[in-house]
Amino acid sequence: MKTKIRKIVTLVEETRAEMGQQVNPPTRRAAAAAVIENPFAGKYVEDLTELMEIGEELGALLTERAVAALGIPGASAESYGKAAAVGENGELEHAAAILHPKLGTPVRKALGKGAALIPSSKKRGGPGITLDIPLGHKDAAFVRSHFDGMEIRVNDAPRANEILVAIAVTDSGRPLPRVGGLTKDQIKGEDGLR
Amino acid sequence: MPEVQLRKRVIVVEEIFHEGGPAAAVPLRRAAALAVIHNPFAGKYVPEISGFMEDLNPLGLEMAKAIVAALGGDAKIVEGYGKGAIVGQAGELEHGALWHVPGGYAMRELLGNAKAIVASTKKVGGPGTRLDVPITHINASYVRSHFDSMEVGIADAPKADEILLALVMTSGPRVHARVGGLKASEIKGQDGLR
Repeated sequence: MKTKIRKIVTLVEETRAEMGQQVNPPTRRAAAAAVIENPFAGKYVEDLTELMEIGEELGALLTERAVAALGIPGASAESYGKAAAVGENGELEHAAAILHPKLGTPVRKALGKGAALIPSSKKRGGPGITLDIPLGHKDAAFVRSHFDGMEIRVNDAPRANEILVAIAVTDSGRPLPRVGGLTKDQIKGEDGLR
Repeated sequence: MPEVQLRKRVIVVEEIFHEGGPAAAVPLRRAAALAVIHNPFAGKYVPEISGFMEDLNPLGLEMAKAIVAALGGDAKIVEGYGKGAIVGQAGELEHGALWHVPGGYAMRELLGNAKAIVASTKKVGGPGTRLDVPITHINASYVRSHFDSMEVGIADAPKADEILLALVMTSGPRVHARVGGLKASEIKGQDGLR
């Protein structure tokens, strides 16, 4: 594996109730995050191919971890998202190189379909910085019940020469969704939007 | 005593390969189970609260089982443990102390003959408050390689009338432990200390 990993964190959140209303079945989100060495920390490098390849490796690894943490077949996943935080000796473009060119293909392979864009966010920061991973339905970006976000934080990462990379997968939308819009049973799944 | 009302559960697993030194043959794993429950005593001073400890026993056991499952299902690999609580702002620190007995009971029940006191911490705080849960060896508190901690927290908990309960287990010593002291191999296992 090209990626030099210091640490992997997985997290599962299960919401059973909101405002006294039971959520049945409970909504569940999982995130898997890797703390990796940034090969380009402290210098400007024009060609970011190595980070793109790291993104491809992490797309497979982290999706597999998140789905395993939910204990579901990949095809049962409903929404997804990705995010990265670059340590202070790196640049935002390093996060972009990991997240955008190659990470999505292995994610979609693990989850069956995935016609929709994988929503993403990125930032630079120090250890303990929070990542709010945006979430959207994997087959139709406009499914309103699945617009969501999941916070993840690793207290000792990213160090200055590291990057924290996270993928979130759910088996559900928000608890008690009731703001209308496209619902998942209306998905056509042709263009990734509706 | 009142029924335990659960809003949310979270499972977090950290897998640590190295921290700048040689990669461990077997990565260190830390796992935490968090539960967000309604605080039945929020907003008022209730003199008699101790009966609620017994009500928390089944939840404690469920959380301990969830941690062992997240670590692969074999309780024998667990070497360290700890527990903690964050009480929402309409409660008092003493409500967090209700977790001492059921949290400890649950892990001892599952880990067989664990002799050492379960290290613990607690505080009052708002949503997103983080807690550094202390960790010590399950059979001998003085094992220096196993003094550790794990940071936990949930972005939207505890609300004012909630309590966030935490249990933590680890699979071994700090990843590059090398400051001497009592070793796990030297445990006498009589008093829970050495």
